[in-house]
Amino acid sequence: MSRPSDLVQGTLDLLLLKILALEPLHGWAISQRLKLVSGDVLQVSDGSLYPALHKLEQAGWIKAEWKPSENNRRAKFYALTRLGRRQLEKESAEWKRLSMAISSVVQLPEA
Amino acid sequence: MPFERWFHLIPLRLRALFRRAEVDSELDEELRYHVDRQIELNVAQGMTPDAARTAALRAIGGLESRKEELRGQRATMWIEHAVRDLRYGLRILRRSPVFATAAIGVLAMGIGANAAMFALIDSVILRRLPVSRPDQIAEIRIDGYRHDFGIGDGFNSEITHPLWQLIHAHPHPFSGLFAWGSTGLLVGEGADRQVTGGVWVSGDYFPVLGVVPARGRLLNATDDQPGCGAGAAVVSHAFWQRYFGGRDSAIGAVLTILDRRFTVVGVAPPTFTGLEVGRHFDIALPICSVALFGKALEQREYFWLRVMGRLNPQSTVAQAAEQMRALSPGLFEATVPPGYSSESTARYRGYRLTVLPAARGVSRLRANYASALWVLLGLTALVLLITSANLATLMLARAVGREREFTVRVALGASRRRILSQAFLESLIVATIGAVCALPVAVLSSRAMVGLLSTSTNPVDLTVHLDWRVAIFTGAVAVATAILFGLLPAIRASLAHPAVAVSSTRGLTADKHRSLAQRVLLVGQVAVSLVLAVAALFFVRSFQNLIGADTGFTQDRVMAVNLIDLGAGQLPLEQRVAFQSTLTEEIQSVPGVVAASSSTHTPLSGASWWHSFILSIPAGERTGSPWAYVDPGYFSTLQIPLVAGRGITPFDTAASKRVIVVNESFVREHLHGHPPIGTTLRTFAEPGYPELSYEIVGVVRDTTYADLKEGKRSIAFAPLAQDPGLRPWASVLVRTSGSPSMVTDAIKQRVTRLNGGILLGFRELRVQLAEQLVGERMLAWLSGGFGVLALALASFGLYGIVAYLAGGRRNEIGIRLSLGSSRSQIIRLVLRDSVRLVVVGLAIGLPIAVALMRTASALLFGLTATDIGRLAEAVSLLVLAAGLAALIPAWRASRLDPSSALRAE
Repeated sequence: MSRPSDLVQGTLDLLLLKILALEPLHGWAISQRLKLVSGDVLQVSDGSLYPALHKLEQAGWIKAEWKPSENNRRAKFYALTRLGRRQLEKESAEWKRLSMAISSVVQLPEA
Repeated sequence: MPFERWFHLIPLRLRALFRRAEVDSELDEELRYHVDRQIELNVAQGMTPDAARTAALRAIGGLESRKEELRGQRATMWIEHAVRDLRYGLRILRRSPVFATAAIGVLAMGIGANAAMFALIDSVILRRLPVSRPDQIAEIRIDGYRHDFGIGDGFNSEITHPLWQLIHAHPHPFSGLFAWGSTGLLVGEGADRQVTGGVWVSGDYFPVLGVVPARGRLLNATDDQPGCGAGAAVVSHAFWQRYFGGRDSAIGAVLTILDRRFTVVGVAPPTFTGLEVGRHFDIALPICSVALFGKALEQREYFWLRVMGRLNPQSTVAQAAEQMRALSPGLFEATVPPGYSSESTARYRGYRLTVLPAARGVSRLRANYASALWVLLGLTALVLLITSANLATLMLARAVGREREFTVRVALGASRRRILSQAFLESLIVATIGAVCALPVAVLSSRAMVGLLSTSTNPVDLTVHLDWRVAIFTGAVAVATAILFGLLPAIRASLAHPAVAVSSTRGLTADKHRSLAQRVLLVGQVAVSLVLAVAALFFVRSFQNLIGADTGFTQDRVMAVNLIDLGAGQLPLEQRVAFQSTLTEEIQSVPGVVAASSSTHTPLSGASWWHSFILSIPAGERTGSPWAYVDPGYFSTLQIPLVAGRGITPFDTAASKRVIVVNESFVREHLHGHPPIGTTLRTFAEPGYPELSYEIVGVVRDTTYADLKEGKRSIAFAPLAQDPGLRPWASVLVRTSGSPSMVTDAIKQRVTRLNGGILLGFRELRVQLAEQLVGERMLAWLSGGFGVLALALASFGLYGIVAYLAGGRRNEIGIRLSLGSSRSQIIRLVLRDSVRLVVVGLAIGLPIAVALMRTASALLFGLTATDIGRLAEAVSLLVLAAGLAALIPAWRASRLDPSSALRAE
C-alpha cells in the first residue's frame, strides 16, 4: 500500500472538494480523476480515498446519493454541500497563501 | 455554522445507529463497485482476470479491513460497539453461569458490606439535619467543658438555664437562638405509665429551625412564657402514629405527663425527629413547664440544655465564636453558682463560650462510635480489595482459557482497543449486577448493625436509608471494583497474538512473564489478608480483655433494681432514708434474694459522682475522688472484700460521726504511705452538699467505678444515711441464688404493695456491662468475620494460583519425574515459588497492619499496636492457611503420571 506523500495527505481534502465542485462523482470516478489531473506526481491510493470521502461526509461538507452510473450499476455519488463550498473557498485561499509564501521563500536568490 | 452542519449530520448518525444493516450493505456495495470497475479496467489493460482482481484488491488495501476502518470512522461507532459488546458480554456470562453467579454473589456481598458501612456512616456522621438551610445552624458551647463542674444529666448537658437566658438577652451574631434539653418523660396514668423520649424546647426552637407541622401547630414563643405551667405539647410523627393511631383527634387531646395534664397542639413532620441523630424525641414541651417539676430554671449549677441558633448570613462560625468569647466574662460573672468553694467558682468564672457548626446535629452515637465505624469501613474496603484480587485471578485464568477466542478475533481484524474494551465491559457488567444485588444486602446489614449498637438503655433510633450519596458511593465502588479485577485480565486478553492461536502447545516450563500478574495479585492478597487477620485478632482480644476484665465485684446473678418516683420527694430527708431502708428490707425478704443493698451508685452504669476534698494527712493539697453513698449491705452484696478497718454499719446514721470507707487505689493515690484508718478529709462545699468532715474507717479491695475502660480507680464510699442530698429515686442492687429474672415479679409485687406509685426497672449487671461494650462488640464481631473471610479468600486464591502454575508445568514435572525426581522433590519445586510469594506478602502486610493498628489504638483495650503475641498469631494463622492451600495442588502435581503427562503433548 503506497502512502501518499505528506503534502498530499494534508491537501487531499482540498483536492477532493475541488474535484467534487466541478461535478458530482462516485468513488471510482474520483480516483480516476485524481490520477488524471495529478498524473504521477500525487499518488492517492484507493485505500485512503474512501476514508477521506467518509470523513468529509461526516463533517457535512459533501453529501452522498445513490444513482445509476455510466455502466448502469447503482453507485454512490458524492456532491458538494453549501458548507463544503464554503470550506473549499477557505481551504483554497489558505493553500494559495501558503504556496505563495513557500515559493517566495524557495525562489530567494542564494548568496 | 453549526446548525447547517447538524442538518446533514443528524440523519446520517440516526441512520448509522438504527439502520446499521443498510449502512453496512451500502458500504459493501460502494467498495465492491470500486473494485469491480478497477478489475474491468485492469482486464481492459490486458491482465488476466485473476491478476486483475488481485491487483484491484491490493490497491484498495484489502476489502474487509478497509470496511472495518470505514465503520470505525463513523461517529456513532462507539455506541454501536458498546451495545454489541454488552450483548456479547451477557452471552459470555450466560455461557458460564457458575462463574457468573459466584462472581456476582461475591461482589454483591463485598459491595453490599461497603455500602452498608457507608450508609451507616452517612446517617450517623455525614447527613445534615432535615431542617431548612442546615449549614447555618451552630451551637454555643462552653469551651473545654467536660462535665467537670456542677451537675448534669447526660449527653445533652452543656448550659444552665440562667446562662441560656443571659446569652439570649445579649446581642449575639445569630438571627435566632434556641435552647433544648432531652429528658425521659413518664406519660400516662397509673400502671399504664410509660417512659418516652422528651425534649424541653425554648419558644424559638421550631421557628428558628423552620420546621413545618404535619398537623396542628408547633410550639412558639407564646407557649414558652415564665409561669406557663402545664400547657401545650407537640408530639413527634412516630409517637402520634404509635400513641394516637395517627388520628386527627390527637390535636387537642390531653396527655398526662409526669402527672400533669398537657394539651397536644400539633404533630411534627415525619422527617424531623429532633436534633440528636440516633435518638428520636416523642414529646416536645416548652422549657417554662420545667418549673412544675423542680428548680432547674433557677439552678445555676445544673447543666441540662444545649443552646443552638441560626447564624446571621454574614457571620461565619469563627466570627461568631470570637464574639461569644468576648461576651463570656460578663455572662459567667453574672451567673456564678452559689454554694461552691472559691476554687470552684474561680474555675467557673474562667469558662469561655465558643461556637461550633451544628449542621449535622449532635449525636452520642457519633461521639462514641465514629472512629469504630470508619475503621470498619476501612476493613470492608480491604475485604472488597481481596475479593477483587481473587476475582482478578479467576478472570486471568479465564482469559488464558479464552486465549484462542481472543487471538482469532485479533486475526479477524479486531483492534486491540476493541478487545480490551470488550473484555473490560464484561467485568463492568458483573460489577454492575453485583452492585444492584448489593443494595438489599446493604439495607439488611446496615439495619443489623444498628441493632448491634442498640441497647435497652441506649436505644438507637436510626433509619438508615439509601440516599443519593449512598447510591453514588455504591456506583463508585462498583466501578473501582471492576477496574481492580477486570482491567488486568482485559489488558492480558488484548495482548493475544494471532501466531499463538496457530500452535497452541504448552510451553515446556512455566511462562514466568505470563504469570507475573497472578503473582502480584497473590502477594497483594496475602498482604491485605494479614492486615485483616491482625485487625480481627486485635479487636477480638481487646473485646475479650474488656468483657473478661476483673471488675473487683461479683457480677454474676446481681441485678440493679431502679426505682423511679419514690413519692419520697415530699418526705423530709430523715424519712427518705428510713423509707429506702424499708424498701431494701422488703426486697431482701423476697425468697431467692441472697443480699440487697441500696446505693446512689450502680457500678459500670456510666453515672458518676465526684467530691473534691482536702485530707488531714498529708495536709494541704486539694484533691478529689469518685464517690458513692452506700448502705451497710453494699460490700457484702457485691462481695467486695474488706482489707482493713470496718465497713459501713447500720449505726452510721445522719446523727452519728461522718465516716467513709475507701479502696486501695484511694490509699495509693492520696495517702502516699500514711495509715488510712483515722485520717480525716474535708469536702468542698457544693449546692446541697455543705462542707463536711469524714473519717476513714475502713479500706476495701479495688473495683471499677463508672466506666470499665477506666480500669480500677480510687473510690470513697460514704454511708447512704449520711447523704446530705438524697434524691427521690433509688437503685437497689440485688444478688440472687438463682437467675435474677426469677425474682423480678416477686420484687415488683412487694414494692407496689408498699407504694403503688413506684416504677421499677431491672437490669442485670452482666447485661449492663455487655451494653456498655456494644461498640467494641460490633468491632470485634465484624472484624473477626472479615478476618475469617480474608483467610478463606486468600487461601482460595493461593490454591488457585498454585494449581494453575503447576498445571502450566505439567510437561516439566512429567520429564522430571521420568528422569527420576522423587515426589517430595516435585512438591518442593511447586511450593518453593508460592512460599516466596507468601513471605513477600507477609513482609509487605506486617508494617501496614502495625501502622493501621497504631492509628486505631484508641479502640484497643489492654494491648498495644505492636502486641507481638497477636501479630505472631496472625502471621502463623496465615502461614497455616496458605500452607494448606498450597499443599493440596502441590501434592496433586507430585502424583502426576509421567507417561500420561508427556503423552498429552
